[in-house]
Amino acid sequence: MSIAEPQFEELFREVILDHYRRPRNAGELAAPTHQAEGVNPVCGDEVTLHLEVVDDEVTDVAFSGQGCSISQSSTSMMTAQIRGMKIDQVNELIGHFEAQLMHGGDPHPALGDLESLQGVAKFPVRIKCALLGWKVLREGLGLQENDT
Amino acid sequence: MSAFDPARIRDDFPILRQEVNGHPLVYLDNAATTQKPRAVIDALVHYYETTNANIHRGIHTLAVRATNDYEAVRAKTARHIGATNDQDIVFTRNTTESINLVARAWGDANLSEGDEIVLSLMEHHSNIVPWQLLAARTGAVLRYADIDEQGELDLDALRDLIGPRTKVVSIVHMSNVLGTINPVTEIAEMAHAVGALMLLDGAQSAPHLPLDVEALGCDLFAFSAHKMLGPTGVGVLWARPGLLAEMEPFLGGGEMISIVRPEGSTWAEGPHKFEAGTPNIADVIAFGAALDYLRDLGMDVVREHEKRITAYALDALGRAGGITVHGPSDVERRGGAVSFTLEDVHPHDVSTIVDSRGVAIRAGHHCAQLLMRRLDVPATNRASFYIYNEEREVDVLVDALAQAKRVFGRVDSRTAV
Repeated sequence: MSIAEPQFEELFREVILDHYRRPRNAGELAAPTHQAEGVNPVCGDEVTLHLEVVDDEVTDVAFSGQGCSISQSSTSMMTAQIRGMKIDQVNELIGHFEAQLMHGGDPHPALGDLESLQGVAKFPVRIKCALLGWKVLREGLGLQENDT
Repeated sequence: MSAFDPARIRDDFPILRQEVNGHPLVYLDNAATTQKPRAVIDALVHYYETTNANIHRGIHTLAVRATNDYEAVRAKTARHIGATNDQDIVFTRNTTESINLVARAWGDANLSEGDEIVLSLMEHHSNIVPWQLLAARTGAVLRYADIDEQGELDLDALRDLIGPRTKVVSIVHMSNVLGTINPVTEIAEMAHAVGALMLLDGAQSAPHLPLDVEALGCDLFAFSAHKMLGPTGVGVLWARPGLLAEMEPFLGGGEMISIVRPEGSTWAEGPHKFEAGTPNIADVIAFGAALDYLRDLGMDVVREHEKRITAYALDALGRAGGITVHGPSDVERRGGAVSFTLEDVHPHDVSTIVDSRGVAIRAGHHCAQLLMRRLDVPATNRASFYIYNEEREVDVLVDALAQAKRVFGRVDSRTAV
């Protein structure tokens, strides 16, 4: 009868809900070196990202936005993870995250809390929610699409 | 058809017999599109198996039969909306195309710089964007009437907006988000008092209300077949008698001409002037079966059923707690599209959770971003009902919403410790 219920329990993991309720790095930077914003036109979810990049390193980051638990928690976890990373590390992280959503499999250790979003792979219509903040990150840093 | 019984009606809809995610399908997304009865599906198959031919130009038997069947639906469509003349019915692809047709074929010739187009904040994008495009082409200006706290059109605000420069007033009959039924006759009088045309977006009213477009007083009425048991790909534009003849063509091509010469052409009469190229013959004919089905039920009976189930849903959602319903509470003034939001659970997350219980609702901006901004919500959930929905399905929805609240309540209880 309740075959389906564990599925969404798996999707809405507690760490996701925690980031949704208490987003990390919420707000704006006074003097961002890079910024970008993105909207998912299908559902109206929004993310605005501010970055401070010094010597190829993400020294500070902040975001604001509105939307579902998946888009907002994914962005919150992303900001926590990229702070202090070199740009090429960020690029690799994006690749690992996209691979987790698209191809499943064991999460890469570099993902940290982002591992909790692996349940999204089973809800194909929600993948675009999880990727919104990452699309904005890529745009903000001027990174090309990975070929994975 | 004295005793209306949705449980018996369900037997006519093959798609409703399935399970989704291990639960019986509860289909509550009827404002987006309705399901199709066996009779409509059969009509499509029957057409392709027995009748398929291009219409209006063949002499052979199948061509004549297809033409007669297609034109017969024009008459049924006129009857459904209370129009006296079937030659005032144009078949398009959907409501959106019907409104674009008017903005192009009538708007381009009749609007110029500084003229005004009056809309409301509760319009669907299909009744906003065609007018924005027209405004960009002509230099006309858009004006939007506000809504009140009940989600009803602010008629005083609308009256103030309509003035000597107003050329067209285009308003939704029944809101696809709020369910609000707008007072068409009053709005038409305001428009006509300044010589403006009044278009009524009937996408949500044609499926659900008994209609008499001529008594309503609008000049144009647009709707879609797929929201009223018919196939996708068929829309309708009705124009008050004489108006089509005053309009320029929309698309050029075969079927819409009278005589083609190298230097120019003359146009076909009546609706054919606006039906360029081979139309959607099969789906129009199957739409005829949908209109027959609704006629057999009776639109007044359909309306009574929807008032009943909408009242039941408004009551159940109200009693559930933590749920805000957007739109009028009086079922006499509204239809069966019920938008609501849950405290602290985003509509997309609600939709995913209830879908896992087999419940199909809509989550998002419902192609009404101006209205979402006015309501100050990023998105809403929407349950919308039709003839086959039962009160027990509302109960399934309300249970599933309670589940969503429990899932998202977990963090609260943890952080409270």
